[in-house]
Amino acid sequence: MFEPIRLIGEAALRKIARLGQASLFISQVIASLPMLLRRFSLVVTQLYEVGVLSIAIIVISALAVGMVLGLQMFYTLRDFGSEQILGQVVALSLVRELGPVLAGLLFAGRAGSALTAEIGLMKATEQLSSMEMMAVDPIKRVVAPRFLAGVLSMPLLAAMFSSVGIIGGYLVGVGLLGVDSGAFWSLMQANVDFYDDILNGIIKSFVFGIIITWIAVFEGYDAKPTAEGVSRATMRTVVHSAFAVLAFDFILTALMFGGN
Amino acid sequence: MYSRMTEIAVGLFVAAGIGALVMLAMKVSNLGAFSDTEGYIVNARFENIGGLKVRSPVRLGGVRVGRVNAINYDQDRYEAVVEMTIADGYDRLPIDTAANIFTSGLLGEQYIGLEPGAEEEYLDSGDVIELTQSAIIIEQLIGRFLLNEAGSE
Amino acid sequence: MSSDIILTIKDLQFKYGERVIADGMDVQIQRGKITTIMGPSGTGKTTLLRMIGGQVRPHAGSISYEGKSIPDLGKNELLQARKSMGLLFQASALFTGLSVFDNVAFPLREHTKLSEQMLSHLVLSKLEAVGLRGAAQLMPAELSGGMARRVALARAFALDPRLMMYDEPFVGQDPITMGVITRLIKLLNDSLGMTSIIVSHDVHEAMTISDYVYMISEGKVIASGTPDELRESDSPWAQQFLRAEPDGPVSFQYPAKDYQSDLFASVE
Repeated sequence: MFEPIRLIGEAALRKIARLGQASLFISQVIASLPMLLRRFSLVVTQLYEVGVLSIAIIVISALAVGMVLGLQMFYTLRDFGSEQILGQVVALSLVRELGPVLAGLLFAGRAGSALTAEIGLMKATEQLSSMEMMAVDPIKRVVAPRFLAGVLSMPLLAAMFSSVGIIGGYLVGVGLLGVDSGAFWSLMQANVDFYDDILNGIIKSFVFGIIITWIAVFEGYDAKPTAEGVSRATMRTVVHSAFAVLAFDFILTALMFGGN
Repeated sequence: MYSRMTEIAVGLFVAAGIGALVMLAMKVSNLGAFSDTEGYIVNARFENIGGLKVRSPVRLGGVRVGRVNAINYDQDRYEAVVEMTIADGYDRLPIDTAANIFTSGLLGEQYIGLEPGAEEEYLDSGDVIELTQSAIIIEQLIGRFLLNEAGSE
Repeated sequence: MSSDIILTIKDLQFKYGERVIADGMDVQIQRGKITTIMGPSGTGKTTLLRMIGGQVRPHAGSISYEGKSIPDLGKNELLQARKSMGLLFQASALFTGLSVFDNVAFPLREHTKLSEQMLSHLVLSKLEAVGLRGAAQLMPAELSGGMARRVALARAFALDPRLMMYDEPFVGQDPITMGVITRLIKLLNDSLGMTSIIVSHDVHEAMTISDYVYMISEGKVIASGTPDELRESDSPWAQQFLRAEPDGPVSFQYPAKDYQSDLFASVE
């Protein structure tokens, strides 16, 4: 009868041990970041893979989300005769929540999974091992530039998401539904605060960038060196990143916006 | 090991990202319109501030001239003390200027509306506006209306 | 100084769970010679090379490379030691994201500060040595298995290591490529004054080019000597392996319980 309890305990211990491994791993990665300043070209290459290649999905999704948001909010606000505040509503939802969170989820799906698969495959085909034998530390040479590129890309992508989303809301609200353009922007400016809303949104996206990239590089480096192992690790990256983003979004929102 | 095209693409990416941040800061938020630092401070006392918040706008004839900086409660006089920053450009407010708390629209946000008086002296940093009118609380209004109805019968 | 010892392995112990990789193994590698470590597949020969390279730590015993004890080295000392070693992986392990040229240039870029021109000369000379100078701009995905292995070989000796290790260099190659690789190993060893360790189960090729052969079974050295000595030897184990007999001291059967009881178990 104690068997289930024992199994739960065992599973919990496994998770805790894994968190420990991941923490030790990331501390090694962070320790090798300063060396990247001398070889920034490594990071530039990864900024391309991680950042530039994610732009398309971010911009297209942001435009769609902004337009839908504009459309839905307009009909609700019109019932109260306050469609003037459409710009404010769209901007606040994007800047505070949807921008960082949706950009984070898309980033995990596009860049996070690619990072895990790439590092996992490098491990499975002994590329990491052969690098070690060439006296090159794969954590410094492979993992650290990818981690830094991910952490730098995510806030930029989230800012793009929010901006493009607001433009999408503008196109629908002002272009299609006839909200006054002046009211759209001025009420937005009057009610969106730089520190409380925008800066907090940027901090969120920065935290998400660290978490997603951390999960992605760790899962890749820790993957079983087989085809199945890599595919499972890729799946875990997407699932764990999504959970982590949503959980941390709740925590950060409570910390940042709880005061008002 | 990486091409010129990669460099250019990454450069554009970083520029676009920073551009988006600047747009959020200047076009979307109030950073472009108004900042805390430039301006002088004026206090006003209200019996009741209703739904006024820190950073609520201060308007003069409908034009935004400042923002609410801090809201405190004075326990000696049982009044709310609202500290607001008014932009330096609007430095000729007579000392008998009145401050009212208004609501924009039926469900809109609350703001402080200033009405200039007739004195020749102007408000200076740290001065207190004496003439104030509290926020209109809908519950009180309804209560008063019901009382009048009952009384007139 | 051609007869001194570059690598000494003493009383090595290593286990993967129940699988015995090394159980009191003693091996000595002479400088400048080609030594082959031979044994059936699945006996952990690759793990042995990894222990020499310091990627895997033995459970007991000593590995001494040029007077340094590999398992006791710190991370930086280990990286220094590895700069004088080259390892040709069985899977070639080329970096899929880099061209052939950049693959061979990789260790040089990481460890030296050569000008691009010097680098280009060096890389092309290494590729010329393996006969693939013309393939410099190809990507690894465009290479055949044999070509990939030759590129990996060029990369492994890019830094002119003193010790080259080959992990099953003949496996999965057509006879012509096998001949090419055999010749290359011999040529590199003799012309560059390297020491070579080959891990293999291809009897013919290994016996052709080796100066000395160790035969391994169940984590122990079963027989050793020059190829000629082994051919003459009366060790039943050596004879089974050299003549490729299916059963002998090395059992055809994976260890299992009694066949009859297994059969009855499935009936019940």
